Amino acid sequence: MKNEWPLWEIFVRSENGLAHKHVGSLHAADAEMAVQNARDLYTRRNEGVSIWVVRSSDIVATDPSQREALFEPSEDKAYRHATFYQVPDGVKHL
Amino acid sequence: MNARVEYVLRLGDSALVLAQRSAAWVAHAPIMEEDVALANVALDLFGQAKLWLEYAAEIEGAGRDADALAFHRDADEYRNVLLVEQPNGNFADTIVRGYFYDAWAELNLNALRASSDERIAAIAAKSVKETAYHLQRSRDWLLRLGDGTELSHERVQLAVDELWRFSGELFIGDEIDAAMNAQGVGSDPATLREQWLESVRAALAAATLTTPEDGWMQRGGKQGRHSEALSYMLAEMQVLPRSHPGALW
Repeated sequence: MKNEWPLWEIFVRSENGLAHKHVGSLHAADAEMAVQNARDLYTRRNEGVSIWVVRSSDIVATDPSQREALFEPSEDKAYRHATFYQVPDGVKHL
Repeated sequence: MNARVEYVLRLGDSALVLAQRSAAWVAHAPIMEEDVALANVALDLFGQAKLWLEYAAEIEGAGRDADALAFHRDADEYRNVLLVEQPNGNFADTIVRGYFYDAWAELNLNALRASSDERIAAIAAKSVKETAYHLQRSRDWLLRLGDGTELSHERVQLAVDELWRFSGELFIGDEIDAAMNAQGVGSDPATLREQWLESVRAALAAATLTTPEDGWMQRGGKQGRHSEALSYMLAEMQVLPRSHPGALW
């Protein structure tokens, strides 16, 4: 039975104002069941205020063999990082 | 025995027995995710049972606590409805049993939020949120199984037909219900029947299932007359505290 059920990726928003964050994956027969299973697996201890579920097969990912071409060029461009600025006090979630 | 104690025991015992039944699925559910989901429902129901039994023990005033009520009463002292003590059977049996109960519990707890007894109103208000989720889950499963494969349809229809005779007891009042209703403490079970039937009929129709004709309804659980199945379940549930009284983790 398990092999017939699709895999779903679960995203949970821990509080209003924050982004949904990937927390894991699970099996479910349909979208409603995926939301309910996600509620039972990932938000039992007050972890969230909102859940997104996405079929794992609908996720388009980067190709691991493209890693150098995609990500290495940004490694030596330190000026793109905002490390030269002072972060004002009281700014959260930057 | 005082009518209010008896009334609260019925609420607590039904939640407790269904909790114990649901928990028996742990490590046996058809899929790991369902294992966790059923355990969550069971834990919610254990929590509700604890609140009801603590209150029953308090108003009984006989020096017993919730654990004494749960673990040191025999089957004939239990006041749960017969529906919840029915064995787990297959997954469809469990889903239908849960659905019939959840659909009733949501109506009943909603009615009890207006109880003149503040403690009962508070426990009902807390429990109804959990039960609304249980109902959503069991109803969704009913639809999936009914409108699923030929085999799942056949099994869930069989479960509906088999368990139907235990649904009537939820709506049959006795002198305890009448006394509690007269004091504004409890709800009149009969008044919930139409609403329950309406939502159950709609769910069964959506699941392409047939609502059974009303026939003879089994009763007696609320008065302590139970099927043999409850004794076996309690024997397993109670063996530890009875073999080792006062044992603590």
